[in-house]
Amino acid sequence: MIEIVDLHKSFAEQQVLRGLSLKIAEKELIAIIGKSGGGKSVFLKHLVGILKPDKGNIIIDDIDITQISTEELNIIRRKFGVVFQGGALFDSINIYDNIAFPLREKFKLAEQSIHERVTSALDDVGLHGTEKKYPAEISGGMRKRAALARALVTEPQIVLFDEPTTGLDPILLHSIHRLIIDMHKKYSFTGLIITHDIPEIFDVVDRVGFLYEGRIVEIGTPDEIRNSKNPISRQFITGSLEGPIGIF
Amino acid sequence: MQILENFIRRLGSKTIEKIRRIGHMFIFLVTSFYYIFIPPFKFRLLLRQIRFMGNKSLVVICLIGAFTGMVLALQIYYTLRKFGSEAMLGPAVALSLIRELGPVLSALTVTGRAGSAITAEIGIMRITEQIDALVSMALNPMRYLVVPNIVAAIIVFPLLTAIFNVVGIFGGYIVGVKLLDLSSGTYFSQMKQYITMTDIKIGIYKSISFGIIISWISCYKGYYTKFGARGVSQSMTEAVVLSSIFVLIWDYFLGAVYL
Repeated sequence: MIEIVDLHKSFAEQQVLRGLSLKIAEKELIAIIGKSGGGKSVFLKHLVGILKPDKGNIIIDDIDITQISTEELNIIRRKFGVVFQGGALFDSINIYDNIAFPLREKFKLAEQSIHERVTSALDDVGLHGTEKKYPAEISGGMRKRAALARALVTEPQIVLFDEPTTGLDPILLHSIHRLIIDMHKKYSFTGLIITHDIPEIFDVVDRVGFLYEGRIVEIGTPDEIRNSKNPISRQFITGSLEGPIGIF
Repeated sequence: MQILENFIRRLGSKTIEKIRRIGHMFIFLVTSFYYIFIPPFKFRLLLRQIRFMGNKSLVVICLIGAFTGMVLALQIYYTLRKFGSEAMLGPAVALSLIRELGPVLSALTVTGRAGSAITAEIGIMRITEQIDALVSMALNPMRYLVVPNIVAAIIVFPLLTAIFNVVGIFGGYIVGVKLLDLSSGTYFSQMKQYITMTDIKIGIYKSISFGIIISWISCYKGYYTKFGARGVSQSMTEAVVLSSIFVLIWDYFLGAVYL
């Protein structure tokens, strides 16, 4: 289980997270929605220890990762798979080596075993035949799927998705969502998706949290959020220009 | 009074910030050296960087080396002729190259060619979250991005400098012997007499230290790149300018110590 308690983070004068608290149950798939530049990606980077909070606690399987050494944090990080916004594939190596990378470097598996797992991961995301291509030689949608394959190839307990469908057409968007649902069923990971895909994400996740002004202002099942009476959530879901959320 | 107080406050704040940055850079260097000696070692990445810095700089090093030697020979010959010491052309060209120009010019050449490319590559990895991806995989980015570059520079810089010197001496030979009719024996035999092992060692020490300076600054500027494509180009400029300045300052200090 993941528990975030009263998380605060500022960059210079700008307060990004202002007391964010959230509990994520084991094997739950949860989406965090919110304004662009509202701190969603910053929040995600705290979960894997890329950023350190100014205040607050992040408890993962009873260990507060804000209070442990880098070596101990690296043990916790082995539980994670992260799909970054642009994919973050290493552009100096091909797709096969990108997906094999965590297996080679983190788990030191034998090449035969790596080959089987990479081939299976590529099949899972429908990228069979692209092994020898470099990230710059494939489309944006394929890069997102390759990033998903790399995140899942180690069969992590927790998978974080940072806007996995940004910039994709509606068909590709649905295909990535379908892939997330299928992979969640197959690997039973705990998943957190940072997204703007409303209402599509409501068909993917168990719960949706709304991040506004650095804290979670509302959280519930997709139906609860869809029918929310909270004026902030309502304005965001409907995309209305009128309401408590400022445009800029 | 208020204006003066504000000026002093701003000056103090900027000075503290500069000192903090210099400290940060030195911590980066010390951390990089620590990881050089701690396994696992990334030999494939090291070989890749040796090839990138060394092999791909060879042509430009040879070209600049040859013309530097030729220009040196031409200038020194006309100066020596005034004193009737043309026979000293060989040692004068060789000494200038081995002790000074070889290490400095090859370092500045590699800064422009490979240093800026290292900053750009690491900078792009920073802004496209590839460095974050390494961290999220519980891997240390310093091992993958910084250590191979520093070790490669320590290996490659003395070799490139040696090649620069040899090509430069032959460039001087072409001008001195083929164009200005100095005898081939005079050009080389005087050289043997006047160049000591200490001169060669000084050149090697200089080139190794320049390699460390350039790879350190290039990696640092790339690693802490900010704000998209503009940030990368800014980091590249800063890396080249700062590396060149550091190389020249350090060259002066080493020169003063070894003279």
